[in-house]
Amino acid sequence: MIGFVAKRIAQFIPMLAGVVVVAFLLVQLVPGDPARALIGQSATPEQIAAVREALGLNNPPWVQFYNYVVGLFHGDLGQSYFQKQGVFELIMIRLPATLELAFGAILVSIVIGLPLGVIAAWFRGTWIDAAALVFSQLGVALTVFWLAIVFMYVFAVQLNWLPAIGRGMPLLEAFGLLLTGNPQPLLKSLSHLIMPSVAMGLQGAAMICRMVRASMLEVLNQPYVRTARAKGVSERRVVWHHALRNALVPTVTIVGLQFGGLLSGAVLVEGIFGWPGLGQLTVSAISQRDFPLVQGLALCFAVLFGLITLVTDIIHGAIDPRVRDE
Amino acid sequence: MKRLYKNTYLVLGTVMVLLLVALAFLVPALSPYGVEQMDMANRFALPGPQHWFGTDNFGRDLLTRLASGAQISLFIGLGTVLVSSVLGIGVGMLAGYFGGWIDAILMRIADIFLAFPAFILALAIIAVLGPGPVNLILALAAVSWTQYARVSRAMTMTERHKDYILAVRSIGVSPLKILLVHILPNISGPLVVLATFGMGTAIVSESGMSFLGLGVQPPTPTWGWSLAYGLKYLRSEPWMSTAAGLAITFAVLAFNLLGDGIRDHLDPSQITRKASRKSIDNAFQSTPSSKQTS
Repeated sequence: MIGFVAKRIAQFIPMLAGVVVVAFLLVQLVPGDPARALIGQSATPEQIAAVREALGLNNPPWVQFYNYVVGLFHGDLGQSYFQKQGVFELIMIRLPATLELAFGAILVSIVIGLPLGVIAAWFRGTWIDAAALVFSQLGVALTVFWLAIVFMYVFAVQLNWLPAIGRGMPLLEAFGLLLTGNPQPLLKSLSHLIMPSVAMGLQGAAMICRMVRASMLEVLNQPYVRTARAKGVSERRVVWHHALRNALVPTVTIVGLQFGGLLSGAVLVEGIFGWPGLGQLTVSAISQRDFPLVQGLALCFAVLFGLITLVTDIIHGAIDPRVRDE
Repeated sequence: MKRLYKNTYLVLGTVMVLLLVALAFLVPALSPYGVEQMDMANRFALPGPQHWFGTDNFGRDLLTRLASGAQISLFIGLGTVLVSSVLGIGVGMLAGYFGGWIDAILMRIADIFLAFPAFILALAIIAVLGPGPVNLILALAAVSWTQYARVSRAMTMTERHKDYILAVRSIGVSPLKILLVHILPNISGPLVVLATFGMGTAIVSESGMSFLGLGVQPPTPTWGWSLAYGLKYLRSEPWMSTAAGLAITFAVLAFNLLGDGIRDHLDPSQITRKASRKSIDNAFQSTPSSKQTS
């Protein structure tokens, strides 16, 4: 197992290096002079020259790349053009909100997709199975930002059940207050979290449903399941206890893959719900052409995505020894 | 031919795609309204005999505008699929046929592209290139070519060891000709399926980009932009956003179903129509991860 983990981490490092190169090149390819973008059109040539010198733009590209990488190791992702703050700090302030949303969405997709997949396999060929099929086709086709808008109209505007925009207290802090006997902040945080996470999580639920159903059907045909049935284990126990455990193995990988889609979804959904996360920051950075920030965000998203893939790979190896030996 | 009719997905998908194409090209020609023709007396009309899909905040006919949006979506979708498949299949076949260091280098490059969440990398590319239809196609193609590359590489690797390739190689046919004339036709089936799903993915991404204001720029009535614009009036007039959202969902569903249908058609071994359980199984087949976007 240790060897397996070491091998996966070793594969992660060159990928990280590649991502850094792409992030660096991204900004090099921007037409125009970054120094001019930074201080505006009215700048004198002397001012521009001074800024170019300060940013190290007069150095040859490989020196710039070296400085960039050295900066990365110090947690320095450069300065934002428009918000007079470091890119790293800007990202770290907003990261928790997006992670909260992403994990909320993953939870939603598992809570809906997993039982639905199991039940569809259990009642294979019946109307329940067909209904799950319709759900999984529609779930994939519905775009997350439209779903978000529909939810907002129904649950916030019409029914007034949930708050339309904003985020409550960070969940962890709200949990802390719950322990001191004050459940209000937690309830408020959750009421803000529900709509965006369901909007983002439904597509994942549809895909998990397909995956779980397929792997359940495969597992249910195996001899050990037949043995369990033959010795009189109840069908319910066979499905939920014996079969599901093994059927879950491929599902872990799917959940990891979905994380990339969720980060993309956050970019689209956060603006609708006024969620103060990385998604909104990305959209504003791109519309303002704040390239150091765009670069930092692209890097951050890729690292997050890579880490989650790494973790799911390791979990996959931990629960299925066959993967380790490959 | 009989098999074709029995493939529900293929029939449904084909009909829906044809409807979409008809919407895009027949409606603007037949509609009594212009795309920009305003009618302030009839703002926010609901669907009715005058305006089948209602009107927007300037009283412009939504059906005509959605049709015009369909043209853009189809154009961006086709462009993306074309660029990404040519690039991806080219890279994949080279890597799969020659193997060795060529394969290693090309696939490491593909891995780096796969390391970024697709839509976010496309956004970053748009940030650098600037918005607009051609840049949009380039950005979306840049994040989707890897799928074609992976599939065509794997299939080329299997094909090149087969006897017929050995035969043409032994009579001295050039590698380029072997790849294009002999291997490509034999691996084209799954690639067509991938391209069909790719249309759906590209349409979602395009609408996402224009929703954020980074796609094809207004006043072009893209679906995503109409949706974002309708959001301003959501509290009192929810229909505007709804119509655009329905159009996007319809288009994506159409291409996903068509993709499922073509896949079933190409692999009829999986279809046994006698037992109904089997047919739901086929309908459920998990499709390539290409469906995963926003």
